[in-house]
Amino acid sequence: MGPLVSQGIIDPAWNNVLALLIGFAFGYILEATGFSSSRKLAGVFYGYDFVVLRTFMTAVMVAMVGLMFFDYFGWIDLSMIYILPTFVSSAVIGGVIMGLGFVVGGFCPGTSLCGAVIGKIDAMVFTAGIFIGIFIFSEAFPLIENIYYANDLGAVLINEFFGISAGLFTLIFVVMAIAAFYITYLIRKKVKDVVY
Amino acid sequence: MDSKKLMDIDKQYINPYFGGVLLGLLLLATFYISGRGLGATGAVKTSIVTAVDKVAPKHTESSSYYSRFLTDDKHPMNDWLSFETLGILAGAFLSGAIGGRLKLTVEHSPKITSRTRLIAALLGGILFGIGSQFGRGCTSGAALSGSGSMALGGFIAMAAIFGSGYMFAWFFRKLWI
Repeated sequence: MGPLVSQGIIDPAWNNVLALLIGFAFGYILEATGFSSSRKLAGVFYGYDFVVLRTFMTAVMVAMVGLMFFDYFGWIDLSMIYILPTFVSSAVIGGVIMGLGFVVGGFCPGTSLCGAVIGKIDAMVFTAGIFIGIFIFSEAFPLIENIYYANDLGAVLINEFFGISAGLFTLIFVVMAIAAFYITYLIRKKVKDVVY
Repeated sequence: MDSKKLMDIDKQYINPYFGGVLLGLLLLATFYISGRGLGATGAVKTSIVTAVDKVAPKHTESSSYYSRFLTDDKHPMNDWLSFETLGILAGAFLSGAIGGRLKLTVEHSPKITSRTRLIAALLGGILFGIGSQFGRGCTSGAALSGSGSMALGGFIAMAAIFGSGYMFAWFFRKLWI
């Protein structure tokens, strides 16, 4: 039963090696899908390329449904999985700042690594910026500390928050994602092509 | 003419939905194997913590942020995310090499200069660095992995990132279109 390392089925000493392999697959898939190109990534905000939405939503759906089935088959102990804790204020502020960073910089951290390693100088500069940004945050932390820990809802799941079952939420999410795929398909036909 | 070139560009990449399926399966496997999701900023953070600690250990000891990541038993960078990040670099490099996309270049819209693009990239990176700490993760760690595991925080991050992006997009359109 999973998680394999947490349950000791795989020796924890292997965890870092597995991390390396997992990262390898992650980098490969991202780059192969085109996430190493800033102009391609930015397209989601301007309607000329929806690769970000298509890939992202599909990935979330597959993982979400997959985890549900694994749980149903008794293949994984969901209580042992790391759930991102919810600190509402911090999450919203962080998201807003990141959204601005995405539109201005044309990358997010994972994609900037992919772009940098294939030679994209703008990606290398973006990555350097991440270092600077994290340093700034770390130094300014005493000023930010209160907001960082505000509105702590704990490691709550979204379906628990809305009081519905995991299955129902997943269904709603899948329907919304498919609707988004169709709507963006229509938008793509209307918006002028951008050749990059 | 334009749409033919676009098709050529898109042909070199794999279908986005297929890429999404692969990514989703990878994320699922990651949860199944290591009990956690993917990430991209964690290694940057620990390297900053390590560097600052080397230069100014008294400062990190007394800092409520740095001290959280410094323990006596192991080096802060000896962790899952550091190795995963190395993997990302290797995997992306291989994909780029196979796809013939290895090229030292500044990718930018023809309507702006390289210099403008690089300044914007630097600012974007700084913003993402700051934002990812507030969000306790970036698009990979918080939005993608968080949402995949149905964490409320993940969906908040996802909604905030993309909502904010759309809000600000019009003001920065000159950078892209």
